[in-house]
Amino acid sequence: MLRTFRIGGIHPPENKLSADKKITVLATPKQVIIPLSQHIGAPAQAVVKKGDPVKVGTLLAKAGGFVSANIHSSVSGKVNKIDNAIDSSGYKRPAIYIDVEGDEWEETIDRSDALVKECTLSSKEIVDKIAAAGIVGLGGATFPTQVKLMPPPGNKAEIIIINAVECEPYLTSDHSLMLEKSEQILVGVTLLMKAVHVNKAIIGIENNKPDAIALMQKQAVSYPGIEIMPLKVQYPQGGEKQLIDAVIRRQVKSGALPISAGAVVQNVGTAYAVYEAVQKNKPLFERVVTVTGKAVSNPSNFLVRMGTPISTLIEAAGGIPENTGKIIGGGPMMGKALISAEVPVTKGSSGVLLLTQEESVRKPMHDCIRCAKCVNVCPMGLNPTLLMNATEFKEWELAEKNYITDCIECGSCSYTCPANRPLLDYIRSGKGKVMGIIRARKS
Amino acid sequence: MILIAVISLGAIGAIGAVFLYAASKKFEVYEDPRIAQVQEVLPGANCGGCGYPGCGGFAAACVKADSLDGLLCPVGGAEVMGKVATILGKEAASAEPMIAVVRCNGTCEARPRTNRYDGVQSCSIASTLYGGETGCTFGCLGYGDCVSVCNFDAIHINPATGLAEVDEEKCTSCGACVKACPKNIIELRKKGPKSRRIFVSCVNKDKGGVAKKACANACIGCSKCQKECPFEAITIENNVAYIDYTKCRLCRKCVAVCPTGAIHELNFPPRKVEPKEAPASTPKVKEETNLK
Repeated sequence: MLRTFRIGGIHPPENKLSADKKITVLATPKQVIIPLSQHIGAPAQAVVKKGDPVKVGTLLAKAGGFVSANIHSSVSGKVNKIDNAIDSSGYKRPAIYIDVEGDEWEETIDRSDALVKECTLSSKEIVDKIAAAGIVGLGGATFPTQVKLMPPPGNKAEIIIINAVECEPYLTSDHSLMLEKSEQILVGVTLLMKAVHVNKAIIGIENNKPDAIALMQKQAVSYPGIEIMPLKVQYPQGGEKQLIDAVIRRQVKSGALPISAGAVVQNVGTAYAVYEAVQKNKPLFERVVTVTGKAVSNPSNFLVRMGTPISTLIEAAGGIPENTGKIIGGGPMMGKALISAEVPVTKGSSGVLLLTQEESVRKPMHDCIRCAKCVNVCPMGLNPTLLMNATEFKEWELAEKNYITDCIECGSCSYTCPANRPLLDYIRSGKGKVMGIIRARKS
Repeated sequence: MILIAVISLGAIGAIGAVFLYAASKKFEVYEDPRIAQVQEVLPGANCGGCGYPGCGGFAAACVKADSLDGLLCPVGGAEVMGKVATILGKEAASAEPMIAVVRCNGTCEARPRTNRYDGVQSCSIASTLYGGETGCTFGCLGYGDCVSVCNFDAIHINPATGLAEVDEEKCTSCGACVKACPKNIIELRKKGPKSRRIFVSCVNKDKGGVAKKACANACIGCSKCQKECPFEAITIENNVAYIDYTKCRLCRKCVAVCPTGAIHELNFPPRKVEPKEAPASTPKVKEETNLK
């Protein structure tokens, strides 16, 4: 019997159309747009100015605070301008435009394919290198990785959990990465273990990826302390708290950090980025992005430089199909409709999903029939219908008392609602409001 | 038999009366009778525009306060505050009548759509998701959060322009719409003599070119109005002009020089002489259709 998390969850159609596709390296575009906010936390501060020449891997912007991340150039060329650009947030935010000339890399980057296993660095040096490389959580939440590796005083990490579940339907970027870079990932996990002084790591993989599980299990034999754990397919298993529950059967208290349960959770893509940063001196400036959709002629996994417009990726996958209704940045569950195909790929872009007109239509909403399906599927054990009503009637105290701030915005409630109620839309808005109230109260 | 019943009931009644009398003395809560009097003259809308929880809360605050400075019922205005002052024997603070002003004139024609939103029809929810259906991420979304919070039926979305419009007759300047607007477009401004007022009907902070591309009526921050203003009432910050209504003397010079028609004048008589010849579709025509 395979494990999964114990509260709620759903199983939407998997639709992993690009699962058997190898990673294709996408050519660099003519111009890249590199937003200064590609992570949770303070925006990075630009250190280049208009006209500056840059190489692949040159530092473009320094972390703007403790929770923030460095940003590096993904191409070589000249800085065209620093101006606002629409990014996947749907708002205009500052970004660095770079005109591409050639493909010249910083000399410090080791571009060979050779696997480097040995690492003599201390844990502090590893964390510093990760911070310098601007690595953030590549599962989509984009939380700066070095912050997670520095547990607040009083907390002790006991285990590293690697999130390789890829529970979002359609997406296969982590899957393809595991098939092609399994050893590098395992070295990356070893480095993460060293960074937080633990000797145990578990890689959780959902069992709809049997080839990845088999390969990783075979390779993991030569890496002491790393265990591969196949998990039952269940959405949202990729949620940090859900994964901790599934893998080590511990629950994280409301409002607490995962470290309070002794776990540090990192995405499998992040582990690969850590390997490249520490062993190859390569900052985070490219990532694997899945381009997919039922009408897409050639669903693919691309290795893409940050800042490449989404339209370039779609072109490479066969262009925008005629009856496309929406282009989603991310997966179908937690992704967000993009307002333009010129939005750039950022550190958090795990996929691009093209939905057909029929798939993208919102069905008309009906009255709540109090069936409690949303309550049953909520992986955080919340009462979504109550939270939606509390938000609608601006009952912020009621919402706070019912733990609205614990919502992980997975969308299981909206997915399952037979009355098509937009539960998450309301809860997300109410959560923001309540968090603002709590912040105001504290200050 | 009757006698026993009368005596026993009478006794119970007497004991009860004594108990109730004692309780009413012991647990008496003194309420200033003036609170009720003040509440009587207040409008009773319980809109919260004064900053207190309803008219009762405001009445209590008026009675408790030493002077009426800073206490104002925006709905009742000077008239009601005068009555309150008479009841309490205090000096009423002089209050300038205010009105809600919607600072966006990005009509459907001026601001072409670049995408379509089919989510929940609520400004606060849409704005947590993205900037809006047009190239301007600052403008009115038009889903009517302001309409639903207005207790006085004084603000509506005009289907022709897609913008919120204030009904001058009904607006009580309670400020509920100001708080409800997630884009901070609505502002309480001085109503002005004969309801005449001038304001910049745009909050777009983008650079001129970008703003203009997204909306033909946008303020482009060109600072022509600032140079023209004889009273230094206009400031330009973040590529958008703002007219300080405490300094503005309603000379209308800024309106004439604005190249995009972003500065609106309301309720003025028509000008005697047009200083410059204007093209057929002057922004002025739009104003009148946009904002009553």
